[in-house]
Amino acid sequence: MARPVNEINAGSMADIAFLLLIFFLVTTTMDVDTGITRKLPPPPPEDVDPPKVKDRNIFKVLVNKNDRLLLNGKPGDISMLRIMAKEFLNNGNLSSNLSPEDMPEKKSVEIPLLGGEIWVSKGIISLKNDRGTSYNMYIQVQNELAAGIRELRDELSNEYFGMRFDQLADQDKIKAVQKAVPVAISEAEPEDIGGN
Amino acid sequence: MAKFKKKGGKGTPAISTASLPDIIFMLLFFFMVTTTMREATLLVAVTPPQATEVQKLEKKSLVDYIYIGPPLRKVFGTESRIQLNDQFATDIKEVREFVELGRSQRDESEKKLITISLKVNKDTRMGIVTDVKQELREVGAFKINYSTAKRAIAKK
Repeated sequence: MARPVNEINAGSMADIAFLLLIFFLVTTTMDVDTGITRKLPPPPPEDVDPPKVKDRNIFKVLVNKNDRLLLNGKPGDISMLRIMAKEFLNNGNLSSNLSPEDMPEKKSVEIPLLGGEIWVSKGIISLKNDRGTSYNMYIQVQNELAAGIRELRDELSNEYFGMRFDQLADQDKIKAVQKAVPVAISEAEPEDIGGN
Repeated sequence: MAKFKKKGGKGTPAISTASLPDIIFMLLFFFMVTTTMREATLLVAVTPPQATEVQKLEKKSLVDYIYIGPPLRKVFGTESRIQLNDQFATDIKEVREFVELGRSQRDESEKKLITISLKVNKDTRMGIVTDVKQELREVGAFKINYSTAKRAIAKK
């Protein structure tokens, strides 16, 4: 004769499940992919000469194979890069087209949200690296330049909208600030300068 | 009063376990949702560089990955190599096929939105990265992302 099977007490099962849950919650690292997003330029047309850009509009950043920097012809350090890039791209007075001799020229852009016609710096940061440059250094340079641009955008955004650039929710405002402070980084066509 | 006493006297009442499957399913769904499956087994060692100005990579379904780094197995040498899907690229031109393949798997409307994420080891030399970038330019994949880990901003 079969004995009636005792029901197993499963009251603590939920506790075990929760323990498991908490264990996994703590141990899983949800790998969020992060990175620096950039847009590559289209390949240059073969029969057209590259546009001439005035010297005062370019800030040259060279990285050699030993990860040393040359900023506008002078040896520099990575810690100076952000400040120099900011100074170069800084566009103090948006409503005037005047700029000092050693600063980049300005061009007029229509941005209604920032008060109609404003003058945006024509400055371009020209980044050139060697084939032997380490990727880490390249990213650090990109990072510093991005940081400089981000700070400029924050300043502008603070002035006009009273909050930081990354706090802006309105797409039009984001577009306006992006237009006023563009990511003006140009990467030179690769050349083999120093070998591997 | 007597009524209550009678009942409480005999052992513990069995707790209903009917909700247990729900809990297990919750667990299952939680991990199903959060686990990101890596499409390719890594053949190269990638330690991404660190940066402060990082952005989150949105819409993972529209991202293709290119890994560049020294091979994990020493038989393949120590020089940095390119990994596309599950294989090493033997020729730089294979990057084009890789991009085309990625495009053919997406809808027409999504083709313009594909981002190529470059997961490059930090000690890799730029030469190989530049080659890949040139290929991407040629084939018209302009949206790229340099995969970097987020570094805490040092307090001044």
